[in-house]
Amino acid sequence: MQRKHHDLHLHNNKKRFPSMNAITRLAAVISFASLLPLSAVAADPGTVEVLHWWTSGGEAKAVETLKEQVKKDGFVWKDNAVAGGGGAAAMTVLKTRAISGNPPAAAQIKGPDIQEWGALGLLTELDDVSKANHWDALLPKQVADIMKYDGHYVAVPVNIHRVNWLWINPQVFEKAGAKVPTTLDELFAAADTLKAAGFTAFAHGGQPWQDSTVFEDLALSILGNKGYHAAFVELDEQALTGEKMVEVFKTLQRLGTYMDPNRAGRDWNIAAAEVISGKAGMQIMGDWAKSEWTAAGKVAGKDYLCVAFPGTQGSFTYNIDSLAMFKLKNENDIKAQNDLAKVALEPEFQTVFNQNKGSLPVRQDMDMSLFDACTQKSSVDFKDAEKGNGLQPSMAHNMATSLAVQGAIFDVVTNFLNDPKADPATAVKQLSSAIKSAK
Amino acid sequence: MTKPLASRGFSLGRLAIYGTLLLACAVYLIPLIVMLLTSFKSPEDIRTGNLLSWPEVITGIGWIKAWDTVGGYFWNSVKITVPAVVVSTLLGALNGYVLSMWRFRGSQLFFGLLLFGCFLPFQTVLLPASFTLGKLGLASTTTGLVLVHIVYGLAFTTLFFRNYYTSVPDALVRAARLDGAGFFTIFGRILLPMSVPIIMVCLIWQFTQIWNDFLFGVVFASGDAQPITVALNNLVNTSTGVKEYNVDMAAAMIAGLPTLLVYVMAGKYFLRGLTAGAVKG
Amino acid sequence: MSTVAAFNKASPLDALQRWLPKLVLAPSMLIVLVGFYGYIFWTFLLSFTNSSFMPSYKWVGLAQYAKLLENDRWWVASKNLMVFGGLFISISLVVGVLLAVLLDQRIRREGFIRTIYLYPMALSMIVTGTAWKWLLNPGLGLDKLLRDWGWEGFRLDWLVDPDRVVYCLVIAAVWQASGFVMALFLAGLRGVDPSIIRAAQVDGASLPSIYLRIVLPSLRPVFFSALMILAHIAIKSFDLVAAMTAGGPGYASDLPAMFMYAFTFSRGQMGMGSASAILMLGAILSILVPYLYSELRNKRHD
Repeated sequence: MQRKHHDLHLHNNKKRFPSMNAITRLAAVISFASLLPLSAVAADPGTVEVLHWWTSGGEAKAVETLKEQVKKDGFVWKDNAVAGGGGAAAMTVLKTRAISGNPPAAAQIKGPDIQEWGALGLLTELDDVSKANHWDALLPKQVADIMKYDGHYVAVPVNIHRVNWLWINPQVFEKAGAKVPTTLDELFAAADTLKAAGFTAFAHGGQPWQDSTVFEDLALSILGNKGYHAAFVELDEQALTGEKMVEVFKTLQRLGTYMDPNRAGRDWNIAAAEVISGKAGMQIMGDWAKSEWTAAGKVAGKDYLCVAFPGTQGSFTYNIDSLAMFKLKNENDIKAQNDLAKVALEPEFQTVFNQNKGSLPVRQDMDMSLFDACTQKSSVDFKDAEKGNGLQPSMAHNMATSLAVQGAIFDVVTNFLNDPKADPATAVKQLSSAIKSAK
Repeated sequence: MTKPLASRGFSLGRLAIYGTLLLACAVYLIPLIVMLLTSFKSPEDIRTGNLLSWPEVITGIGWIKAWDTVGGYFWNSVKITVPAVVVSTLLGALNGYVLSMWRFRGSQLFFGLLLFGCFLPFQTVLLPASFTLGKLGLASTTTGLVLVHIVYGLAFTTLFFRNYYTSVPDALVRAARLDGAGFFTIFGRILLPMSVPIIMVCLIWQFTQIWNDFLFGVVFASGDAQPITVALNNLVNTSTGVKEYNVDMAAAMIAGLPTLLVYVMAGKYFLRGLTAGAVKG
Repeated sequence: MSTVAAFNKASPLDALQRWLPKLVLAPSMLIVLVGFYGYIFWTFLLSFTNSSFMPSYKWVGLAQYAKLLENDRWWVASKNLMVFGGLFISISLVVGVLLAVLLDQRIRREGFIRTIYLYPMALSMIVTGTAWKWLLNPGLGLDKLLRDWGWEGFRLDWLVDPDRVVYCLVIAAVWQASGFVMALFLAGLRGVDPSIIRAAQVDGASLPSIYLRIVLPSLRPVFFSALMILAHIAIKSFDLVAAMTAGGPGYASDLPAMFMYAFTFSRGQMGMGSASAILMLGAILSILVPYLYSELRNKRHD
């Protein structure tokens, strides 16, 4: 058994001991014959290979806890971390692995992509684990639906990020005499005050996904839940080309004038550091920004404030990280895979992982007192938003549309924001034609 | 062709020549100096000082952290690079030998097709190549990665040897042939011994290319077998809190050290090899 | 045409000898056929399909090409490649030739200086890109350095200027490759017969004009090699862009290779990615093949 992952190893042995292969085979036959559980053969534990891009400090620490747990259960963890481009490099690796017929056991895949991989018939159904551990009861329905393909769980969610946050350094606000904003008008008033006092109003990194995160927040604020859903989930022509969308672009352009002109290519956490150090007053970013504040030893509610992006109170744009599970052949590896799926939802991992990442645990029965003020607020807002139609998938984080449509939106938005002379009405036209061609 | 442009000794012309050359030296060296200085600074020092300021305190912490992160992948790169370089050079030598001394109908066409292969963007071959490797049972193995490097290094190694052997007089081979020497005898006894300069060029070129490769490494190797460039990418593309440029720079130097050493130590063979005929076209 | 085959006499061993060259070349031929042209053909096929997330074989004709030609980003990328490729190749050639000629004037410590010019070639594009990204970073790099040194009004913000960012790529790429071009030409210069120059000098020609009129034209094959290698680097400069700008700001510094990669792998528009790859290869082909053809035909000395 265990041929696949130990090919090289066996090969080496074969050279030295020609009969080794036969012995291994014999051993396998005997263990089958005696109906010994294979996991009891100590020399042959299942391996679970995990492809992910959780490489930054807090994330790496969180993955470490997952790894320890899987190891403790007697399995081998094969780490395959590929950083860069928000998972773009990892996706390339995954596609080539799938084409070569040798996908990893688990891969970090999100949102609509899970359906794409499911449709290719490559994902395995996690019926046993999900039933045994009552996933349906543990997970919010909207989240569970994303993890299912054809009615079966094929992926495990690990967290829920909230995207529509505004991060504020209150010391800077105090020095400049600015007020915490709750509407877009107040936001610009605060920005003006900060600018006049010599601070950068918005810390920002000029990467397509960051530009689009700001765009998405503005869209939610101006179009409202329904309009947002129509534009970015249903890709409704009217919502995409309407007057309101022109206003979104106009506002985005205005907001851009409050950002650092040297922002191109800057990482989000470098931007976050500017707010932390007091060079800038605000950052428009999802809740992962909090991990930077935590790492800097700051306390939520005191050293920094997290407020819903102005005009989006009551809404919750979500970005869910999940591990999709691929079909495997080896019995032991499947056991290891199932163990990983189980452990990923256990309270221990959920706590450590989400404390480090700044996100909300995906389990609904967690003790929230273990988390800080921002996450607690997030948890309350999530439950409120869930009742109405406030729970919306994040377009900028590949939860709302296919990658092709998302890419088309990114191109238009980032190009618009980087060209101070761009015309909002033209941008709207470009947006709808780009989406049409990508559909 | 060593002869004076202006008469030797001190003159305005020579001063201008030396001035230009030294200025160019500075331009070429600045990035390296900046990287070195930065790798020995502390993160605070990097923020407050400027590019060329001397480190306030020289600290090796960047190098230690960098080695902890990427050092383990160093040997993977060696294991991938050495066989790929050796095999692709050998194949290139044989191909060059055939294409220059044993030309047959269609061999020029083959050479043309091969040359065009130099310009194939490697991104296009990722999917079909991984499909092929899967069929061969070599998916995600070091052997598979080595094979890919050999295949896509072949165009340049063949080009080097073919151009080199083209400048070898045919008469030499003809005479050996009359003496009854066979295909491999001529190659082994006559051509190989005179190929040392071009072998050096080829080894240096291939070593640099394969050691520095990221794309094939990230796609065709997995987990613990990844080359150092992939580890470097993981480090540089991941920033937590304050970006530790000193660690990034130290890691970049560690990853680049073997190729740098090869260029510095073997640079003169490189030029010698090029002089000996590689550039004769 | 065949240089050695004329000598064969008919014996079984000789028959083997005759086949041996082809046999030796066979593995490489197979590699080239499958690994180069087979894969290109496969890409060509995909460019006519609606492949999105993964390859599929549903025929859509030229639809992907039509979409591609309507895509603004594609045109930006193509234009960038022309600007980048043109500037990079010509500047590297000029700098390389100049340094080679200067180094050829009995320079003291030539070997040392040569190594300094050559070493950037040893670094990977990722390292080069990372280093230059930092050097050209407005507010951190040379920009700050020169202002610290007293040039108050100095501003070097090409890296964040959509209209100028492509020149940053040129700077970094020239830095990396021009030393290599220098080495090629220096090697070529060492092979030129000194008596030609002496004869010209006797005729009263000035040194610069001797170089321009006589020496450099005789280095035509070196130009060929240098051009091949530079074009190879220009087309492969994916790593450099990825490390330095990732195509930004916006997509102002995108290159066709980046475009192709993004659409094929991260965007799930494999058909369009394949179409862009084919157009790219077609463009290279149309420039390269006539050149290769003339070079290969003229060169053989039999």
